[in-house]
Amino acid sequence: MTTAAATALIERDFAVPDIRCAGCIAKLEQGLVRDSRIASARVNFTEKRVHLSCAADAKMPDLIGAFSLLGFEAHPIGDGPADVDAQAATSRELVRAVAVSGFAMMNIMLLSVSVWSGAAGATRDLFHWLSALIAIPTVAYAGRPFFRSAWRALSHRQTNMDVPIAIGVLLTTALSLYETATSGPHAYFDSVVMLLFFLLCGRWLDSVMRDRARGGVTALLRNMGTGAMVLDDRGATRWVDATELQPGMVMLVAAGERLAADGLIVGGASQIDLSLLTGESAPVAADIDDRVHAGTLNLDAPIRVKVTAAGTDTAIADIARLMGEAAQGKSRYVRIADRAARLYAPAVHLLALLSFIGWMAVGAGWHHSLLIAVAVLIITCPCALGLAVPAAQIVAAGALMRVGVLIKDGSALERLAEVDRALIDKTGTLTLGRPDAIDLDRVDEMQRPLLLALAQASRHPLSEALTRELAARGVMPDAVDNIRETPGFGVEAIWRGHQVSLGRPQVPLFGSTLATELAIDGVPAATIHFADRLRPDAGAAIDALRKAGIEPTILSGDRAEAVAPIARELGMTAQTGMSPQDKLSAIARQSAAGHKVLMIGDGLNDGPALAAGHASIAPGSASDAGKNAADCIFLGDRMMPVVQAIDMARRTQAIVRQNFILAIGYNVFAVPLAILGHVTPLVAAVAMSGSSLIVVGNALRLKAAIR
Amino acid sequence: MNGLIFLIPVALGLGLLGLAAFFWSVRKGQFDDLDGAALRIFVEEEEEKES
Repeated sequence: MTTAAATALIERDFAVPDIRCAGCIAKLEQGLVRDSRIASARVNFTEKRVHLSCAADAKMPDLIGAFSLLGFEAHPIGDGPADVDAQAATSRELVRAVAVSGFAMMNIMLLSVSVWSGAAGATRDLFHWLSALIAIPTVAYAGRPFFRSAWRALSHRQTNMDVPIAIGVLLTTALSLYETATSGPHAYFDSVVMLLFFLLCGRWLDSVMRDRARGGVTALLRNMGTGAMVLDDRGATRWVDATELQPGMVMLVAAGERLAADGLIVGGASQIDLSLLTGESAPVAADIDDRVHAGTLNLDAPIRVKVTAAGTDTAIADIARLMGEAAQGKSRYVRIADRAARLYAPAVHLLALLSFIGWMAVGAGWHHSLLIAVAVLIITCPCALGLAVPAAQIVAAGALMRVGVLIKDGSALERLAEVDRALIDKTGTLTLGRPDAIDLDRVDEMQRPLLLALAQASRHPLSEALTRELAARGVMPDAVDNIRETPGFGVEAIWRGHQVSLGRPQVPLFGSTLATELAIDGVPAATIHFADRLRPDAGAAIDALRKAGIEPTILSGDRAEAVAPIARELGMTAQTGMSPQDKLSAIARQSAAGHKVLMIGDGLNDGPALAAGHASIAPGSASDAGKNAADCIFLGDRMMPVVQAIDMARRTQAIVRQNFILAIGYNVFAVPLAILGHVTPLVAAVAMSGSSLIVVGNALRLKAAIR
Repeated sequence: MNGLIFLIPVALGLGLLGLAAFFWSVRKGQFDDLDGAALRIFVEEEEEKES
């Protein structure tokens, strides 16, 4: 504590996905400060983050070590990109605008109720002036998001939903002010502010949804903020952040570690798992002078890699370029509310104009005619469009989050509802993307505790798979002595006086099958084979997709021999050996044929395809590029959440359509009243809040839709 | 009418007070960890060693 207090403190954020209960909060907050370098720790449960104040000289591996000592896996979160801050600032601004307009609405309503219940003469004028005093600053402050967006649309010669809102708000405020100044009976300040309040609520819900999903995604970005142990000239090692790696540095990459940069192997030989990069499921042997890529997994033995390219100029820059191009197509998608507004706005303006002209024609005078036109504008203002769509979508996104699907924004839900073709990657998407022991049942019951004892001493991916599965079967480890890990070979120990080892099979296996061998006194006792298995409910999920009218196809970068058995088991057609460019053109072909394509994939090589698909989903284990490009992310081993997400998206779309019909029905009823001049501020207030409550209530029905 | 001159500023003042309190709590991060706040009630008080 004293050392930490003496030096300057720095703040760091970590994503800790495994925070699940109050116990975890207590354990982390009280456990972490026992480390002398950490001054304070604060858990944010909602975002699954931990905020540390630590000594400036605390190294990243030490801090991560402090987490793992407590049994948690922590991932450092770098200083977020600038656009993240901008988004958070937008949400904060919206919250403030909602609060201000809510406050103003309540106070003006208080004054309005007195006017409606019969205040007259000087009292009414006083109340109208007070309302104006509250309403005008509120409109100026809380209306800014709408005015800004309407202005942007108009200056591009387009209309969006905000154009009728901005015109309606400004016109109504101006007319109400005139009414107040001339002691008129009706001022619509309450309607204006109420309108702003409801619409801002809708906007705010939309941004809350994006924020929440973004929090979830950041917590999942594992590879971000990683780095490597770098060997300097004097032979000492130090931890270097991925962003600070320079070409020419030599990284030490342990078995089971992901490479942080592209490079050439200068020491050691190993097997490299390329599945995130190419979709290839079988590991590739790599020797001195072989080129290795960032994001691939070193499986076997420690290697030294001389960095040739780091950060943004790695070999995946090519994939990044493809992704940029592919994403442009998606930005052309127009949200359903804006599509509706394109029809709605001109109709509303025309109607208001016609009622103005109509009343002028029958000789009502311009003042009375303008009042009626404003009443029409207020009644038709698209509350249902502004509030109903985000309300339905946030309820749907919340329900999906509980089954383990993160939806990045509302437009993703809309697009997901429209898909009718699914292109699915194999490695890591249909399969789990990690080695699983396939013949553990053939291992002698007596040898299992020994296997676990040896496996849990190593961080090799195969050992970790073994540990996971044996522990899941309730096996308890045996006691072993003199345990020792030899890189590139395996683990050795003394067990009941025998020399035992777990490691690479003595007789090389055919092909590139992954296997490990248990030997007792040098005699092979058991061989365990590993394979990347199908997700447990992949078959059911594929069937459910077909039932939902979505035809699935496999789109894999792997070899045909590796894809065929899976395609046969699931009864799917498959295209194999595809490069990222091939996947893109496959999507383009389907789109050209008029299909809306859902891309499901995880790898770096799927990145462009995920960006190009009409909608896209990635598993939580996907590469960062994949998770960033996808619209939705599903967590866990099961694949069924994909189907649930599509189902939920379709239900949401149905609710949104119902809400539109409700809104139109309400207009059919209320607009004639407004045109005939029967809409007083009281009627407008009742109609507006009534219709908003109905559409929100309808949206809440989605909460029960997911089982 | 006389009552109004007194009551309306009071009503507005109370409303503004609420608004100010809300702004303060947003800025202080009271709404940053809503799920965590519900769970913290179960966390045992840590031993007294404030720095």
